[in-house]
Amino acid sequence: MTIIEQPKEYKVIGTRPIRHDGLDKVIGKAQYGADLKLPGMIWGALTRSPYAHARIKRIDTSKAEQAPGVMAVITGADMPVAEAIEIETGEEVTNLAHASDKLMARDKVVYKGHPVAAVAAADQNAAIEAARLIEVEYEVLQPVLTVDEAMASGAPLVHEDYAGKDLGEETRNTNVADHFRHETGDTAAGFAQAAVVVEREFELTMVHQGYIEPHNATALWKSDGKIEIWTSTQGAFGVRSSVAPILRVPETDIRVTPLEIGGGFGGKIPIYLEPVCAVLSKKAGRPVKVVMDRKSVFEATGPTPGGRIRVKMGANDKGDITAAEVDLYYEAGAYPGSPVGAGAMCALACYRVANARVDGYDILVNKPKTAAYRAPGATQAAYAVESVVDEICQALGMDPLDFRLHNATREGDRRADGPVYPRIGNLEQLQALKDSEHYRTPLEREGADGRLRGRGVANGFWFNGGMQSCVTINVNSDGEVGLVEGSVDIGGTRASIAMQAAEVLGLRAEEVHPVVVDTDSVGYTDMTGGSRTTNATGYAAYLAAQNVIAGMKERAAILWESNADDVEFEDGVFSSKHDSELKVTFKELAAKLTETGGPLAASGSIRQRGSGGGFGSHLVDVEIDPETGKVDVIRYTAAQDVGKAIHPSYVEGQIQGGATQGIGWALNEEYFWSDQGVMENSTFLDYRMPTALDLPMIDAIIVEVPNPTHPFGVRGVGETPIVAPVGAVANAIHDAVGVRLTQAPMKPQRVLAAIKEKNGNGA
Amino acid sequence: MPTLFIPIHMRRFTGGAERVEVEGATLRHALNQLAERHPAVMDEIVQGDRIRPGLAAVVDGEQTVEGLRAPLKPASEVHFLRPISGG
Repeated sequence: MTIIEQPKEYKVIGTRPIRHDGLDKVIGKAQYGADLKLPGMIWGALTRSPYAHARIKRIDTSKAEQAPGVMAVITGADMPVAEAIEIETGEEVTNLAHASDKLMARDKVVYKGHPVAAVAAADQNAAIEAARLIEVEYEVLQPVLTVDEAMASGAPLVHEDYAGKDLGEETRNTNVADHFRHETGDTAAGFAQAAVVVEREFELTMVHQGYIEPHNATALWKSDGKIEIWTSTQGAFGVRSSVAPILRVPETDIRVTPLEIGGGFGGKIPIYLEPVCAVLSKKAGRPVKVVMDRKSVFEATGPTPGGRIRVKMGANDKGDITAAEVDLYYEAGAYPGSPVGAGAMCALACYRVANARVDGYDILVNKPKTAAYRAPGATQAAYAVESVVDEICQALGMDPLDFRLHNATREGDRRADGPVYPRIGNLEQLQALKDSEHYRTPLEREGADGRLRGRGVANGFWFNGGMQSCVTINVNSDGEVGLVEGSVDIGGTRASIAMQAAEVLGLRAEEVHPVVVDTDSVGYTDMTGGSRTTNATGYAAYLAAQNVIAGMKERAAILWESNADDVEFEDGVFSSKHDSELKVTFKELAAKLTETGGPLAASGSIRQRGSGGGFGSHLVDVEIDPETGKVDVIRYTAAQDVGKAIHPSYVEGQIQGGATQGIGWALNEEYFWSDQGVMENSTFLDYRMPTALDLPMIDAIIVEVPNPTHPFGVRGVGETPIVAPVGAVANAIHDAVGVRLTQAPMKPQRVLAAIKEKNGNGA
Repeated sequence: MPTLFIPIHMRRFTGGAERVEVEGATLRHALNQLAERHPAVMDEIVQGDRIRPGLAAVVDGEQTVEGLRAPLKPASEVHFLRPISGG
């Protein structure tokens, strides 16, 4: 671990206690959505479109309604019509009309798997069978499946009535939902100063987050008009604020209980099932549960976009980047809102570039609406930019980490999109990677049986958010505390939040008992996502704990018949400033709450600022079979500035997980489309994600440059580690075979074709 | 004076100006000053009593937590960017 600044020694923070939810998850006792059983509960199933683009001519539900066990059947006509207004749900902006249409088509289906009807029946099989009995007559339309098809003159329109924007000007009859630009300096003048200019185009395909647990929801529309929802989500309050306007009911009439979540990575921020379950429940008068199958998860939830990226970058002979241009064409899917905005802001964020232009295009295609996926939009951009940086390093004969250090952004630098960086740890984490044993160890260039070896590096940036969180701490008479929070625990945040409270309270982590509750039981808390939870909810826990200490000082003062101002607290002991004999431990005082005024609970709430951002650089060695083109990762090291690692094991786990997902994105993962927009590999057998058997140990180097806006310096960790891997692997492949692969994934047939082309036998 | 950086897609409402210096102790005051010179740009930035959904006001490198009530210092820089979507 590389510690840049260490303001003080901690007793709990920085240790590695066992997570509070660990045992239940290991022994299968944790309650996930699929496990939920309620009295009178019935099952729902959806009828989905077999076409990527088609007009609905007629829906006949009569056979389904007569099927055994069926209690309710709905179509788009049964769903309330949502207003075409935009609302903010956590970090995302959602157009309600689009969000509603995505749940259940009315006139037109715009992606394969688009729901057109739903059934509720006594059991799951009855519901599935009845859903198959619904007859839908379609007028099949030509789908648009790539950004180039979508932008072509005369292309079929995904939404005929949609008004796009081109640099702020309204446009009609277009699939380009938005085109925006960031610009600084004079790129023409910058390129004129360059000794080396590299320009390349890159292509990527859609990739899914690949969480193990499928989407699920259970809803009960009660006779008093209130709605109960149990669901797998990254943010219960976001579900509530999305469902309410879609169903046209007040938010306070909806209670959302987040159940345990089996992975999300951004994909469980949007809603897909909750309003459908609620409307089925209203019609059937019972709680209705729907669990997606894997095919539906792939086809009809929110992957991250494919698209096309052009990068042009120049550098002078001293190694200074003199200019850069980036054009990002991202698939939005069937509704506007790809992460191209974030991609544009991240594209050049690692580098000082005085002359830069970044254009972003959000493009409608007949594919599922994209959603957030870990540093959304940044990985695609980094693949392209880091590949071009690699080429410039080679042209200049510079070490790739020296070049990145030479051009690295630091405090006071202005990003291409405008803002000036506060204290960041870009330099420190790059230096940590350069100092690593891995980087200092030369790569043996040839593997067994003539396998080719190569080494690549890449850098990456993600913002790391702040946002809103609430925490309440209840002091128990035994001196331990309950911690009530609204942050769904995806990556060990019960532990990381409890540890921050424990540090303040002078308790062990195990003496703080965290519980994630429903939307009626804690103050508003934004989603678990954006690398914000340990930062913001941890800060709320810190504030709640400080308020507990203030309350406990008052109780000690009552005990000693003095004033709270005369009481101090250190290392778990309250003591009098004026009488050294007067001391009481936290636990002893907790036992006296009843006689000093009754129960003690305290809350903390915050709308936390951002963290300044997180930077992470990755180093990878690959070995390639020249006969098959298969790429094996044989060594991997990632360095990242995390601000402060509250629980280092979980920080390392986040870095390793991000790197693993990035390696899968680089080498194998892709939506494989038919020419009619049908995903041909919608199972985990055919959608190839890396397993532990595919990868070596991923070494994580934790760098700590504290975030000045957080009491413990937390900066966030979860998203940055997925930004660099695709570029790093691409650079390693180039190092091994001497060919620049400009299409991801860099699967065996592409690598093999590149090797053959280089060897002159491409035919 | 605080400086408001005008996004490219709004510059048609500011006569092409990339940045505008305005008086103002809060973002609301600064935007009111901007509106006196360039009235049409306000609809692009403000909706009712808040920053328009889909737009984030970034003051001195940090997305504002106070919205239009965000305090500004004489040397403050304000950027209007797309909100960040995280996973």
